[in-house]
Amino acid sequence: MQSISRRKFLKISGATVSLAAAAGYALHADGSHESSKGKIKGIQKIPTYCDICFWKCGAIAYLKDGELWKIEGNPEDPLSRGRLCPRGTGGIGAHSDPDRLRSPLIRRQNRGEEVWQEVTWDEAFAYIAEKMQTIKANYGPEAVALFSHGIGGNFLKHTMKAFGTPNIAAPSFAQCRGPRDVGFRLTFGEDVSSPERTDIMNAKCIVLIGSHLGENMHNTQVQEFADAIQNRASIIVVDPRYSVAASKAKWYLPIKPGTDLALLLAWMNVIVSEGLYDKDYVGKYGFGFEQFAAEISSSTPEWAYPETGIEPEVIRETAREMARYKPATLVHPGRHVTWNGDDAQRSRAIALLNALLGSWGRKGGFYYPVSMDVPAYPYPEYPKTTKPKVDNPDHKYPFAHETITTGIREATLTGKPYPVKGWFVYATNLIHALPNEEETIRAIQNLDLFVVVDVIPSEIAGWADVVLPESVYLERHEDLNVEWFRDPFIALRQPVIESPHDQKPNWWIAKRLAQQLGLGNYFPWNHIEDYFRQRLSGAGYDYEELKSKGIIRGKKQPNYFDEGVPAEFPTPSGKIEFYSLQLQKAGFDPVPKYTPPEPNPPGSFRLLYGRAPVHSFSRTHTNRILSDMMDENEVWVNADIAARLGLRNAAYVTLKNQDGIVSNKVKVKVTERIRPDCVYLVHGFGHTSKALKHAYRKGASDAQLITRYKTDPLMGGTGMNMNFVTIEPAEA
Amino acid sequence: MARFGMVIDTAKCVGCMDCVVACKTENNVPEGFNRDWIVQDAKGVFPTVHMEIRTERCNHCDTPPCVYCCPTGASHVHELGGVVLVDHTMCIGCKACLASCPYDARFIHPDGYADKCTFCIHRVEKGMDTACVSVCPTRCMYFGDLDDPHSEVTRLLGSRASHSLIPEAGTKPQIFYLT
Amino acid sequence: MQELTTTRHNELVDPVLAVWGWQIPVYLFIGGLVAGIMIISGYFALKGQYKKNVFSSFYLPHISLILLSMGMFSLFLDLEHKPYVWRLYTTFEVTSPMSWGAWILVIVYPALFLNTLIRIPEKFRNKIPAFDRLSDLINRHPFAIKNIGILNILLGTLLGMYTGVLLSSLGARPLWNSAMLWMLFLVSGLSAASAFVHLITSDSYERELLAKADNAFLTLELFVIGGFISGLLTSSGVHIEAAKLILSGPYAAAFWVFVIGLGILVPLMIQLLAVNHKIKHTAVAPILVIAGGLALRFVIVYAGQFSHYAHQVGLK
Repeated sequence: MQSISRRKFLKISGATVSLAAAAGYALHADGSHESSKGKIKGIQKIPTYCDICFWKCGAIAYLKDGELWKIEGNPEDPLSRGRLCPRGTGGIGAHSDPDRLRSPLIRRQNRGEEVWQEVTWDEAFAYIAEKMQTIKANYGPEAVALFSHGIGGNFLKHTMKAFGTPNIAAPSFAQCRGPRDVGFRLTFGEDVSSPERTDIMNAKCIVLIGSHLGENMHNTQVQEFADAIQNRASIIVVDPRYSVAASKAKWYLPIKPGTDLALLLAWMNVIVSEGLYDKDYVGKYGFGFEQFAAEISSSTPEWAYPETGIEPEVIRETAREMARYKPATLVHPGRHVTWNGDDAQRSRAIALLNALLGSWGRKGGFYYPVSMDVPAYPYPEYPKTTKPKVDNPDHKYPFAHETITTGIREATLTGKPYPVKGWFVYATNLIHALPNEEETIRAIQNLDLFVVVDVIPSEIAGWADVVLPESVYLERHEDLNVEWFRDPFIALRQPVIESPHDQKPNWWIAKRLAQQLGLGNYFPWNHIEDYFRQRLSGAGYDYEELKSKGIIRGKKQPNYFDEGVPAEFPTPSGKIEFYSLQLQKAGFDPVPKYTPPEPNPPGSFRLLYGRAPVHSFSRTHTNRILSDMMDENEVWVNADIAARLGLRNAAYVTLKNQDGIVSNKVKVKVTERIRPDCVYLVHGFGHTSKALKHAYRKGASDAQLITRYKTDPLMGGTGMNMNFVTIEPAEA
Repeated sequence: MARFGMVIDTAKCVGCMDCVVACKTENNVPEGFNRDWIVQDAKGVFPTVHMEIRTERCNHCDTPPCVYCCPTGASHVHELGGVVLVDHTMCIGCKACLASCPYDARFIHPDGYADKCTFCIHRVEKGMDTACVSVCPTRCMYFGDLDDPHSEVTRLLGSRASHSLIPEAGTKPQIFYLT
Repeated sequence: MQELTTTRHNELVDPVLAVWGWQIPVYLFIGGLVAGIMIISGYFALKGQYKKNVFSSFYLPHISLILLSMGMFSLFLDLEHKPYVWRLYTTFEVTSPMSWGAWILVIVYPALFLNTLIRIPEKFRNKIPAFDRLSDLINRHPFAIKNIGILNILLGTLLGMYTGVLLSSLGARPLWNSAMLWMLFLVSGLSAASAFVHLITSDSYERELLAKADNAFLTLELFVIGGFISGLLTSSGVHIEAAKLILSGPYAAAFWVFVIGLGILVPLMIQLLAVNHKIKHTAVAPILVIAGGLALRFVIVYAGQFSHYAHQVGLK
């Protein structure tokens, strides 16, 4: 029975109430009306922002007679420009997912056996708080760690900081974009950030080196990529696989996996030796250019050819093409760059190439994002932590500017530098996100408390002591999104429909947990709408306006140097560091140097993985709309290799890696679109959680096969592209 | 007299299936069935490969064999725009129309009648674009009146090379793909 | 190498069209059989055979009524939207061979019924007085009998033709897209009908006559199949590929062994020997002909759904 919520009352304007009173029923401003049963008849449109991935596109949810009908983009939203990606469009499937978590659970047997006791929220919080206080008493509050992904973790992070732990990490740093941001920081002094500050729509030449836009469905990036195609931008794609992006490219370079740094160095070599770089820009803003030029002088196209397989003339032509369109040439830094273990240096090479072309801070290259000024909520100060973060003891990884997830895991495993006895996980399936799941599972055994907050019974939730079911984004409020983008704006997430069972929003979970821990004073507001009102009014914005429009846009601000952005680079030299003294001092190469990848063991193929535009991480496979689009992945095998191995298209095989791990059976895609020395899987399939009934054992899990990884010495990122598989027959 | 059709710019289409998902939610297409779909057409030998990506659906042909073969008149041409529709209350589910379509654009709905893309006529009649055209994040889809010399679809067909699907079947499809 | 992949996965359509199962070939066969029987019985009516005392052909219209109803039931089973079947009879769609067929089937019933009244067999007399009176009335007007005969021949021909026209009008399936298909179904129906009468009759005159007729139809059928195939092989690319499906492809074994071999050549040879009095008439040949007629429909319907224009993929 749906009761009329406060929110629905608030939507009734004064004028319509009197009209409605005359008519005998409650009429709303958008034309819908209350029926006697309490469900609103007619069409309702409620703005929010999407949560299927982390892009946070502004969306408008449509209800028809009180039921979720569809979701469209919010035309006011600069990120989506009124059009959602396929995952966002299929978001209503997250609400109606039959495999969703429904109520709080406490495990009844051993970890990982997925045998649960349904409990009340009060019971769950009592259990958690008691364990947390015990850990605090015995080991200190720092012994509790939080792994969190996305904006939904903000309030939980707040609770954890109030509790007194500094050990809060997102896998996106060490397992995804971290090396890229470090490489760019070392060069320009700033991150690439998220959404990436890539000015794709204005670029005249786009270089995608290991980026598969179009299959990677970052909405704004794909939309701008299409704009660039429309504007006849020159596209260069470097990829061991002929991706969708490759099919749009003027040049497709089928690079040998793991050799991208050689190509980047050779490109820079051509651009420098032929004098094609932006001399004014480099002269004005560069530091250490001469030493840099000397370091790369031996990285000729002829040297790069046997490493990469790309002909010298192609390297030269493409370098010249990039230079032709500078500074509106964007060498895209990619997103998930944790490949080989030297990824921060390779990303630095991309940054350097962009610097040579003068694209940083210029139109068609990298813009300076802006945001609106919304004050934070005035909370009490957090307690001082007595111990440093546990993830990076003695700053072993000197350039890690965010917490290293696998560092926390390592500490949990070894107890050094100090024990970690409690884990919280929010909205990230560590079994699919961290390399070598065996280490994750062993680490979990050392815990006294393991809590997972999720919307579906993911693999990591299967290992928990306590599982807390969160409402999906369509059912909850979220922290304000004060976005950093080309155009500044504030976005609101608000419930469009009620949670079907006992699921709760993250703000409520964080607040209740804080209360249970005696930290209620850190949540001085009663309901999150009070929190919104406080913050927004502090900035001079109207919450009611934000509720009805979903987005409040700010004034246009300068994005480029020539629009007035000061050309300042927060590096030690204050300039773009072509030669990095800080790297040199720390014992690393001041200019990136290439190391060849290890060769394939005979008869095996390097395992590469990527994205599909209809899925997000490993979290959308029980969304019935999205699983209808793609319900299993396939292993891409080169056609020649398939012929030699006698593999038929659409036959099932298993993949066995160098450590003997065997995947679930997976369909073969025989194709001319991949090199003979590697195979490719879309990430996130091969689920082993039995409660994910609709996705259970469909396709193969790349994460399961990633047992080997190489840690980046600069920042602790885990390179994961060094696992090799053989193709085996599927069991009967 | 309006003649509705679509132009798809394959240079921009990335095959993301947003059009498929939008159609599904807009039109309540049952799980397991597709009114529209993505085709990847690749030729060559690695690494010299070429690929065209297309979003496909019923072509709302000008001489639709699915209308001619229908024994009850359920399959008919709408009064507006040449849109081919099925009247569910007249369909007996004989499947002749499925067999008659060279594009295999039709299917049998779980409720028993023949179903397919309707060019979102419920939206078009209100002046909106179809759900797929409205959602496409690469803006590669265009819907409009092919009989209007000033419409965007007409202009596009005059400005770039294009092809339709299986023209030799003689059904006069009204969806065109810019190459 | 071309890689054509689609995300479409519609039941009955992907990976290949599979909308019509056994119900359709069974109906096509029964329809052809009844068509042939109507032509034969109509011919006998014209020739005055009803005047004889013992004649299996007296029962042909009754058998036709039963067989046709079974066939129509099979057709009904195939429908996906059964409660709406009556919609067939609220309109006549002139471009739809299926609409033609729906109405032909309706008109066939009274034609068959009138045929049963030309001579009511002894054991049925005095059961329904109204029918007896009608029969007497008809027998007083030989002109009426003649026209009932012509009507049955005409409607039988239409019945035997329209299914071939229906399939051949579905141009999307190149195997069916031949102007010879109506002829093939008609001749095959006549052949099966002749074999059927040959099988059930106890009268030697009937047996000889129908065996000879069947030989003629079987021979003609071979030529019609030859024309059908050669027409496909000299048409466009997709038609050539379609012909290859039954000549050398996945349906070749069924076609050559069951349709041509056991369905036409073997019974033809047996019956030639029989009508030349080298061997006795047995049930073997007509049973083979009937089974071959059924096999022909199965091969055409299944292989036809598999045939397609090159663009289609259906494989995910």
